[in-house]
Amino acid sequence: MDAQLRHTPLYDWHVAHGGRMVDFAGWAMPVQYTSIIEEHLAIRSAVGMADISHMGRLRFEGPGAAVFLAELLTRRVADLELGQIRYSLVTNDAGGILDDVLVGYYHNSHGQPFFMLVVNASNRKKIVDWVAGHLPKARAEQPGQEIVWTDVSRLWAMFAVQGPKSVELVQPFVEVDLQSMRYYRGEQSLILHPAAERQGCIISRTGYTGEDGFEISLGATIAQGVWEAMMEEGQPLGVVPAGLGARDTLRLEAGMPLYGHELSEEIDPFRAGLGFACHLVGYDFPGRDALLRMQKEPVKLVCIGLEMSGKRAARQGSAIMAGQQKVGEVTSGSYSPTLGKAIAMGYVAPAFAKPGAELHVDVRGSQEPARVVELPFYSRKKKGAQK
Amino acid sequence: MSDKLLYAKTHEWVRVESDPAGGKTATVGLTAFALEMLTDLVHVELPKVGTRVTASQPFGEIESVKAVSDLYSPVDGEVTAANTAIADKLEHLADDPYNAGWFIKIKISNEAGLAKLLDEAAYKKQCEEEQH
Repeated sequence: MDAQLRHTPLYDWHVAHGGRMVDFAGWAMPVQYTSIIEEHLAIRSAVGMADISHMGRLRFEGPGAAVFLAELLTRRVADLELGQIRYSLVTNDAGGILDDVLVGYYHNSHGQPFFMLVVNASNRKKIVDWVAGHLPKARAEQPGQEIVWTDVSRLWAMFAVQGPKSVELVQPFVEVDLQSMRYYRGEQSLILHPAAERQGCIISRTGYTGEDGFEISLGATIAQGVWEAMMEEGQPLGVVPAGLGARDTLRLEAGMPLYGHELSEEIDPFRAGLGFACHLVGYDFPGRDALLRMQKEPVKLVCIGLEMSGKRAARQGSAIMAGQQKVGEVTSGSYSPTLGKAIAMGYVAPAFAKPGAELHVDVRGSQEPARVVELPFYSRKKKGAQK
Repeated sequence: MSDKLLYAKTHEWVRVESDPAGGKTATVGLTAFALEMLTDLVHVELPKVGTRVTASQPFGEIESVKAVSDLYSPVDGEVTAANTAIADKLEHLADDPYNAGWFIKIKISNEAGLAKLLDEAAYKKQCEEEQH
């Protein structure tokens, strides 16, 4: 493999544990350790841990940070409560999607507030440049509205601990009470295990799998020790390491978009079904005027879910057909380990997007029957919702 | 790996047997190394009996969760049998890849082409190189 690839703090661990390393956005990352299906099912039924240290993390602090982020992101930022996290987009002036991000508002261990922006690894440089371009020195140093920002991606590792047994696995490792932590909330917490050398972490109840779980940012130097301790303590719970392969099939079942597939600079938020992430009144941000215009126009394409009747999976780029007419294109497709069938996401003209519509996908030259279904393909049973 | 087998660079194994009526038949499958690399198999597409196949050209495809790979014919000839039963037990394919795991049998039309295939030592060497 390319020697120029970046390594996360867990690289040696992955290699020693059979991780098949692939190039992902310039990082050497494990696509799987044993089997994508096994790793996937372990997260659906028990708990799994994925190294997501390649994710970009940008930290903003200072009295001007909230307004600056409100003028950068499509979603409201200024009214975030401490510990609250929101899914948001970064759009260009034309309203195209530069990235989808999580923005969280936290207290550090000294009680000072800061914002954390979690960006896709593949877009980190683009977003860093975008921020720098919108934050000239004069603005960052404006008296009373100072902004200090840092790309902390390389300093911090990040774990995704996902699955119904996540609370059980993680709770002994952190000081904060996880049971009472709500979805899309997070906190700064001390890590209790000796391997953490009394360092803290940022832990949030977020994830990209459709299961309960946490994402934990922690110091790169302690990452391997804490990871190993969690793997060991988690043995009775059935914890497995999970690679990017399972992460992709999990997010696809959960109907979550992935940048480079469902999202790109050529795709606007309405088409992607992300209108909820665009708050068009209040703060002005790049692309707002374009989005205001688009909001009034009928959408040309919409994001749909497809269930294939055969075993062959549609893949990114496959044409979606209604009879002889091409009506759209697949953006993600795979075998679904939970459903035991091939599923796909893609964009079609609204006339063909109705659940139940019978379409075809051109899978390497043969027309495979596919039915439009509601997204997500899979959603977990929530506590209390079973009655 | 079994001896007496030949191998294509594209990881198909070939067992060549003489037919009682004359000529030779090649039984073709995927090597344990290839199956280990693929993992998570979900589908295999095999040709119908009677299909003409050409050396180094695809005769079918095998699909894993992550990707689709072509299966390449190691020889020229005509398909005389296809092991369609494996489609329903792909998760067991790696248990016995050189016997129960065969894909197709080909009546060889050009025996000279066999000389281009690798022997076990050469194939092993290729696998070791691919692992690094």
